[in-house]
Amino acid sequence: MSQPARTPFVAALAGAPLPASGIAWLDEARRGNLEAFVAAGLPDTRVEAWKYTALRALAQRGFAAGDAQAASRPIDPALLALPGAGAPALVFVNGVFRQDLSLPDALPAGVSLQPLSGVLERDPEPLRFALARYYREAGDAFARLNAAFAGDGVVLRVEAGVRVAAPLRLVFVGAGAEGDLAWHVRNLVELGEDAELTLVEQHLGAGEQGHLGTQLGDFALHAGAKLHHAVLQQAGTGSSLFRRSHYRLDARAQAHLHALELGGALARHDLCAELVGDGAAFHTHGAFLPNGRQHMDTQLAIHHRAHDTVSSSTWRGVAGGRGRGVFRGAIVVAAGADGSDATLANKNLLLSPQAEIDTKPELEIYADEVKAAHGATVGQLDERALFYLRSRGIPGAQAHALLTAAFARVPFESLSHEALRNHVEQLLLAQLPG
Amino acid sequence: MLTIDNLHARVAGKDILKGLSLEVRPGEVHAIMGPNGAGKSTLGNVLSGREGYEVTEGSVLFEGRNLLELEPEERAAAGVFLAFQYPVEIPGVNNTYFLRAAFNAQRKARGEAELDSMQFLKLVREKLKVMQLSPELLNRAVNEGFSGGEKKRNEIFQMALLEPKLAILDETDSGLDIDALKQVAEGVNALRSPERSFIVVTHYQRLLDYIVPDFVHVLAGGRIVESGDRSLALKLEEHGYAWVAEHGEPAGASA
Ligand SMILES: Nc1ncnc2c1ncn2[C@@H]1O[C@H](COP(=O)(O)OP(=O)(O)OP(=O)(O)O)[C@@H](O)[C@H]1O
Ligand SMILES: [Mg+2]
Repeated sequence: MSQPARTPFVAALAGAPLPASGIAWLDEARRGNLEAFVAAGLPDTRVEAWKYTALRALAQRGFAAGDAQAASRPIDPALLALPGAGAPALVFVNGVFRQDLSLPDALPAGVSLQPLSGVLERDPEPLRFALARYYREAGDAFARLNAAFAGDGVVLRVEAGVRVAAPLRLVFVGAGAEGDLAWHVRNLVELGEDAELTLVEQHLGAGEQGHLGTQLGDFALHAGAKLHHAVLQQAGTGSSLFRRSHYRLDARAQAHLHALELGGALARHDLCAELVGDGAAFHTHGAFLPNGRQHMDTQLAIHHRAHDTVSSSTWRGVAGGRGRGVFRGAIVVAAGADGSDATLANKNLLLSPQAEIDTKPELEIYADEVKAAHGATVGQLDERALFYLRSRGIPGAQAHALLTAAFARVPFESLSHEALRNHVEQLLLAQLPG
Repeated sequence: MLTIDNLHARVAGKDILKGLSLEVRPGEVHAIMGPNGAGKSTLGNVLSGREGYEVTEGSVLFEGRNLLELEPEERAAAGVFLAFQYPVEIPGVNNTYFLRAAFNAQRKARGEAELDSMQFLKLVREKLKVMQLSPELLNRAVNEGFSGGEKKRNEIFQMALLEPKLAILDETDSGLDIDALKQVAEGVNALRSPERSFIVVTHYQRLLDYIVPDFVHVLAGGRIVESGDRSLALKLEEHGYAWVAEHGEPAGASA
């Protein structure tokens, strides 16, 4: 049987040396995932999950594997500042942990936070289950790449009953290099029973670059645990970023995700939540704002697998210029997950005739006594509101920006951390025209 | 101050204003009455520059300038204010933030210094005393969840704050209870001055007991068909608009 010709994307990474770990099971899993990636290449639009995100252009580009100079790339400290949210606890540049930029405040007892690179050197065995995985689905190209090449990331554990009030900040920077390169981070977060944590995850760009970044994150919430997770995606304007997050919630566990997608030329986030314990609750709130020629794709898949589980998803899309937004929100209520309550709403705004948003809510219910509601709309700014503002003296461009920000702000009204909420507000106003 | 001459305007392909003329001098209060669908709100929208209202003939001069060639925000900065018949709810835009943005945008357009948030709050507190608006409404989104009466009061509060030269009040009295009506009228009367003019659109002569007009006009079929003093409103209340059709000749013909 003849193999399809390798694309430049696959060719550049196929022969790249894998990170040497000296851990037999890890090396084997890395080899296996790389082989699977090389054999299948990138998914095309016939794969349902990639229907609206074509990777043809990406497939024609070659990326070097990793950044040998990542440890010494200069980063302006001002880039890492986030008013009111403390210093960044861990900073990664082009996928590599940077001790010199990381300033973890004294961590409370019961919280362990380490770069994956360090854990792999000292005590890799507990991570075996997570890292020795094989990704077998047709659309798993970036997960395979990540599993093959990621040598660093975040390993975070909060012991049972420990509640951490101050937000913990993780920063991932794509920094300009001699050429475009591919970097990867692997994050593992675990909250013990009744533990509570606020996590702020930032993606930033430093300097001109067209890197490819991948991130794979696992979040395990044990019974009664509570995670507040805020993601501010401001990757460099030329970069491509593929993130995949998996949340697993035991009984009564709660996750609140707020995600703001602003950056990247091509940004995709696959988010899968499994509510496996009775009474678990998963709330997502997010906005994506593609502008210029940006393409942003958010894929939610929420699985209710236990009694009385709750999920809500409030997402807003705003597309300007030739921006393209894609949103898929799939809710699956499994047989036996009686008493589940799921709501999903995605409202979108098109600011220009060339902008486009494709949204697709999906609902599959196999259980009884389920409350479910979902809806999606695509529209334009309210002409009457616009005129109202202008009739009071507010110039047209400013009125546009005000209304658009107001629209995009809605998902973040529930963000309880005030400094973060204000920061989001500033980012929204800065992103919007006017 | 305002000279409307032979104004024709079209909305959604339909001719609504058909040769409307009106002269408003500084300090005057003009009441406009007329049947539903006559074009009263259309007049307000045309004067404040709403998109989709196409002027096909005639002219409007405001303080000697051609009002029709200005953008809505430029008209506002020039001193034109429309209190909407149906104020719009704007979720997500904080009322105080909106008021300050509007206030400062107008000042900026006029080359005046903008107020910082402390100075602005001080001004808001002063105006609140005059206008009897619950301060709680200022912390909410613009008009969101306001009762009908609260929306109307908010319009008048905005007027008090922005201090326009010409205020057009489009049925600001509709839906107000008797106390609110008096308060709104007091708010308007407090702003009356030799330099400031009002066009008050209403269906009820009762409002004119509180805001005493210098002139009363009847707008019907897109034109002013009758003009007079206060007593005209009383006659209308008594006899209805049919009386105008029988009794009066079109104002255009006598002018
Ligand atoms: N945006 C629009 N699209 C279509 N028709 C319109 C529009 N605006 C006004 N009209 C029509 O123009 C006519 C005049 O409307 P207008 O709102 O000016 O009346 P009005 O005198 O204010 O009436 P009312 O006393 O009921 O408030 C009506 O027939 C109305 O349906
Ligand atoms: Mg009207």
